Amino acid sequence: MSDSSDTSDVVLRLSGITKRFGPLVANDAISLDLHRGEVLALLGENGAGKTTLMNILFGHYVADEGTIEAFGVVLPPGSPKAALARGIGMVHQHFTLADNLTVLDNVVLGTEPLWRARSRHAKARGRLAELSETFGLAVKSDARVADLSVGERQRVEILKALYRDARILILDEPTAVLTPQETEALFATLQKLVERGLAIIFISHKLHEVMAVSRRVIVLRQGRLVAERKTSETDRHDLAELMVGRAIPEPKVEPISLGSVALSLQSVTLEGEGHPRLQDVSLELHGNEIVGIAGVSGNGQGALAEIISGIVAPSGGTVSLFGQPVRHFDPARMVAHGIARIPEDRHAVGVVGDLSLEENVISARYREAPFSRRGLVDWKKVREFATRIIADYDVRCPGPQAATRLLSGGNMQKLILGREMAREPRIILANQPTRGLDIGAVGYVHQQLLKARGNGAGILLISEDLDELLVLSDRVVVMYRGRMSPPIARSDVAIRHLGLMMAGHGFAGQAHAA
Amino acid sequence: MVSPGKPMRLEPRTESGRSIWIVAPLAAIGASFLVAAILALIGGASPFSVFAAVINGAAGTQFAFLETLTRATPLIFTGLAAAVAFRAKLWNIGAEAQLYAGAIMTVVLGTGALPLPGPVVIPMIMAAGVMAGALLLLGPTWLKTRFGVDEVVTTLLLNFVMVLFVSMLLDGVLKDPMGLGWPQSKRVVADATLPKLVQGKRLHLGFVIAIGAALVVWFINARTTFGYEMRAVGFNPRAARFAGIPVNRVMAKTALLSGGLAALAGVSEVAGLKGNLTLDLSPGFGYTGIVVAMLAVLHPIGVIAAAIFVAAMFVGADAMSRTVGVPTYIANVMVATALLTMVTAMLFTRFRLRLS
Repeated sequence: MSDSSDTSDVVLRLSGITKRFGPLVANDAISLDLHRGEVLALLGENGAGKTTLMNILFGHYVADEGTIEAFGVVLPPGSPKAALARGIGMVHQHFTLADNLTVLDNVVLGTEPLWRARSRHAKARGRLAELSETFGLAVKSDARVADLSVGERQRVEILKALYRDARILILDEPTAVLTPQETEALFATLQKLVERGLAIIFISHKLHEVMAVSRRVIVLRQGRLVAERKTSETDRHDLAELMVGRAIPEPKVEPISLGSVALSLQSVTLEGEGHPRLQDVSLELHGNEIVGIAGVSGNGQGALAEIISGIVAPSGGTVSLFGQPVRHFDPARMVAHGIARIPEDRHAVGVVGDLSLEENVISARYREAPFSRRGLVDWKKVREFATRIIADYDVRCPGPQAATRLLSGGNMQKLILGREMAREPRIILANQPTRGLDIGAVGYVHQQLLKARGNGAGILLISEDLDELLVLSDRVVVMYRGRMSPPIARSDVAIRHLGLMMAGHGFAGQAHAA
Repeated sequence: MVSPGKPMRLEPRTESGRSIWIVAPLAAIGASFLVAAILALIGGASPFSVFAAVINGAAGTQFAFLETLTRATPLIFTGLAAAVAFRAKLWNIGAEAQLYAGAIMTVVLGTGALPLPGPVVIPMIMAAGVMAGALLLLGPTWLKTRFGVDEVVTTLLLNFVMVLFVSMLLDGVLKDPMGLGWPQSKRVVADATLPKLVQGKRLHLGFVIAIGAALVVWFINARTTFGYEMRAVGFNPRAARFAGIPVNRVMAKTALLSGGLAALAGVSEVAGLKGNLTLDLSPGFGYTGIVVAMLAVLHPIGVIAAAIFVAAMFVGADAMSRTVGVPTYIANVMVATALLTMVTAMLFTRFRLRLS
């Protein structure tokens, strides 16, 4: 381990980077050094300024103040091309690959002149093979990117950067879409990269990953660099407090006896285009229970949520609420049955952003008294209701008549929670309820879900965050390619086993070559 | 993503400004006069004499002012039709066809088929006209919600279908046998004629009905669950559907309201002003209604003001071209400039311009 005061191996130096967006200071005089052969974790909540900082580094944004030096040379601001030429490579959260091209084409794209590219492919192929060999990044160079798994696509992104001789690699939330196994493989690759002298900036808000992969941690909070720690000299708790700026209570899950069956699915299927979205899914959800649904995104969780929300009807099987089979699938009817729904995409589905808060809190109840009578809305009653939710759920906003789109993600989620919980629901469908929220808001959502569980509600919790699932769920099921595993009691769950199931192990007829 | 190196860029506003609602219309009017001034200079006239003539021609005398309100009447109806539909993101470009549907019902029922007194027959004609226009828009709306057929195309094309249909009627069953061979209908009987508001002038009861319609639309928007549904569906149909709002039914109801309002323009023009149906009943009132609605940022009370502004420009420009000799096209340019300015100004309610 090298001494960080030693400046000879500094490959990247950010000095006094400041970036303002209107009144918001996204980055406030941030300075940091990156050394050869280290993984530097950049930790911070959403909105702390991590991505802005990296976008400045890579030339997507121009800093208002401050300079960037790579290998002792000042980078011209606002030029991704210059950043690339100085050996800085970036793997974005959302991949930037051309789906219809092969892996090789994607890697080579932009590195060769437009003509006679074909003739150099042999050489490129050799170079790609060598890189993937050296760093343990197995990919089929002639496969179409569209046919690759998410983990494979990420490997292509990394290879793309390496092919361009990146000496500094920036990874923005690289594990957000990976299974635990894929995450482990990624970490092994990162280890190999730093052994060969690359320097890596690893952006994340997941504490255990930061602890596992980095040598140093830099914590950003509200645009400021608030702490720098050697990973070996800190722990998760310490980092969490630094990130949020105050102590974090862990959610407490009291054991509780199960209520009667609230929601049951029997052999539910849903046809999709080409392949079924749900296949033979059976599940029972009781009152006073949280059932967690694990799985890599896109394995049928969305279809399940759509059925329970009443957006689509299943093609086969039975959905029963409190013992009564549901015959008509319609959102209004599901709401009338006492199902609260926290949708996955709060901006696109959860609220109408251009309407005010008060208009949004009645979106599912505007036909009912006291909010309306004989087709006339009683805005006074609506405003009282909205004001109460804003107060009870601590929604930070200018007032009930402010446009909802102006709320932060956390406050928007609190508004949705307040709206849904106000009905004292007996069934709650929570689809990724904490995605993109900061730790404070996550804790609040967890508390509310546990409170509802205590009050007798059955909760179906769909999440990609295994930590969240394991803390909150009484039982966990895994979804893979439209199928659902039998439930596992929390006490019997092992993260490693869950990871294998998420990759398809143990699913009938789906033995996956992982 | 912000592109670097550009001298200016748009950034989303974090708060909504209120002053923009006053500044934007004023800027729109200012810009339209500025562009008109340049055109007047090119046309070889003094901008001030042009403006004076336009304003004088639109509001300088009682006659001129009443003429402006008369011209504004159909524009209020078609403006409301567009405002209602556009609020729910139902792109009704077919107000012209719906207007003619209302006009057809007026001559079918108003030329002697119903021998009833005025207070009875006029509401019946209005109801029939509203139904005809409403149903005319229901078809394209059903195709949109059921099959995803673009209503911009269907409603726009229906305008041409309707004009040809009217042409067929005027050379056939609705042709006035006493019309010396002209393609025109019989005249509406006295009982079915909307009374004049001022003796000896052209302004008629249709104007009052138009103001009433705007107030009704305002009430629907502000106070009823239907108004709430239209807003929610217009801004975010996915979220509306998720919440349990019957999106397709709301669309259908919106279509009925919008089509009905547009049809009233036709009823009012035939029964209040022209007295019979001809192929030149509407010089594009349906399309101008879209401009009116946009100038009014879809607000029903704003529609009244915007319709009077647009009507004043056209009426004033007519008078101006007679006295100053600058072509009336200047009115088109002024209205178009006002519209563009308004649309641009509305952009700044959501974004601010930053110079870097």
